[in-house]
Amino acid sequence: MVIKVSIRNLNIWYGDAQAIKNVSLDIEKNKVTAIIGPSGCGKSTFIRAINRMNDIIMDTKVNGEISLDGENISGEDIDVVAVRRRIGMVFQRSNPFPKSIFENVAYGLKINGLIKGKGELKQRVEQSLKDTALWDEVKDRLNDSALDLSGGQQQRLCIARALAIEPEVVLFDEPCSALDPIATAKIEELIQELKEKYTIAIVTHNMQQAARVSEFCAFLMLGELIEFDRTDKMFTAPSKKVTEDYITGRFG
Amino acid sequence: MKSRKIKEFVGFAVLRLATIVILSLLFIILCFVTVNGIKVVNWHFLTQMPRDGMTAGGILPAILGTFYLVVCAICFSLPLGVAAAIYLTEYAKQGKLIRVIRIGINNLAGVPSVVFGLFGLAVFVKFFGFGISILSGGLTLGILILPTIIRASEESLLVVPQSFREASLALGATKWQTIRKIVLPNSISGILTGSILGIGRAAGETAPILFTAVTFYTMKLPRSIFREVQALPYHIYALMTEGTHPEAQVPIAYGTALVLLFLVLGIDLIAIIIRNRFRRKKKW
Repeated sequence: MVIKVSIRNLNIWYGDAQAIKNVSLDIEKNKVTAIIGPSGCGKSTFIRAINRMNDIIMDTKVNGEISLDGENISGEDIDVVAVRRRIGMVFQRSNPFPKSIFENVAYGLKINGLIKGKGELKQRVEQSLKDTALWDEVKDRLNDSALDLSGGQQQRLCIARALAIEPEVVLFDEPCSALDPIATAKIEELIQELKEKYTIAIVTHNMQQAARVSEFCAFLMLGELIEFDRTDKMFTAPSKKVTEDYITGRFG
Repeated sequence: MKSRKIKEFVGFAVLRLATIVILSLLFIILCFVTVNGIKVVNWHFLTQMPRDGMTAGGILPAILGTFYLVVCAICFSLPLGVAAAIYLTEYAKQGKLIRVIRIGINNLAGVPSVVFGLFGLAVFVKFFGFGISILSGGLTLGILILPTIIRASEESLLVVPQSFREASLALGATKWQTIRKIVLPNSISGILTGSILGIGRAAGETAPILFTAVTFYTMKLPRSIFREVQALPYHIYALMTEGTHPEAQVPIAYGTALVLLFLVLGIDLIAIIIRNRFRRKKKW
């Protein structure tokens, strides 16, 4: 097993309120790690710390260490743009740009200067759309607005957009919370395929989803890591009472 | 039960009456200017120089003068205002200092326009030595509309959903790339609309250009931005206060007012067209 992302003693504050309390865990390469917990437990805050998205929120303070392939990415003097280039993110609400389907996927390639010439751009966009099983649905209308797509398609487009720049890690922040069961199933299936190439962390408030898609599972409550283990073990024999109460639906 | 209905009726009646009063005032002003001005407005009036001590002929120099002043003002204040708005909303750390700056900008909008005129006289005409010129007047008008442009731009920038910025940053875009490729294209319609409305207001201002740009009477069309010009609002003022032949000049003043009115309405119309155009395209 290879550790891709390692988090040590992570603490995060919003102003005076502490959102994450001394969390340490390792995310394994080419595996899916789920982060579960009741609303407001700090799941999103935690995952957004990994690609430094908390930096854009005023008044956040972070300490502790996060490393990617053993390289520290958590300090003040880190080039956050380079970090985000390697760690992609898919958000809770699909957020395609008000541009064409093609331009949405091409955006990251263009701004990062990753392609030479139109041919390569087209080919990379097509590949990303195929990787997210969207190609057959949109290949005849690549120039239509992305906002004309259905909710599930929009979210898969956002995944394609994130994959286009070939990150090493992909973070999913409750990617299915606004989708119907069929669209959700498609995304879960996709996540299963993606782990061959990428390391994945997914925040979800849906326990069944965590059980279905992940190999490892972290249970957070009130900013603290209560339990972190293999998903099959956590869902069959959790070591803590409070974990059991949560995953059996006694609260949350 | 009854009294609630009566109260509602009275309430609505008052609101309706207020609207009617405002609309009729507007209508009366429009009619008054049109009726008095339409007699002298024709093609010659719009395209010829004034003649015979401004008792005959057209107002072409004033139309062009106002046009040049407005263009000069927008060239100066649009880039500056948009840049300031981007800094205030996207870059600056929101805190006390930024709040003070915002209050300052809002207060700038409330400063009487004659004060801007004096400022323009002191700074552009004298200090920078631009003299009484299109440049001095344009810059003064530009400063006058800066608060409007900054506020319109800030509001348009804030309307762009934060999720767009997050999506762009998460793809490894820099802040500047995000602003240039995502934020600005999605706020440009609001910025332009607000700025053009500001310009419409500037076109009708007399006080800021009084000491900085205008002349009572010129035979020549301005050939450089360092020349003084005639301008529509000042032309009206001059004809009404300093004219020696009121029987000929008062109708010309009304004609000029009518032209100015339609110029401003035209500018506002452009703003509305731009807004509607972008709004149809925008779906979020």
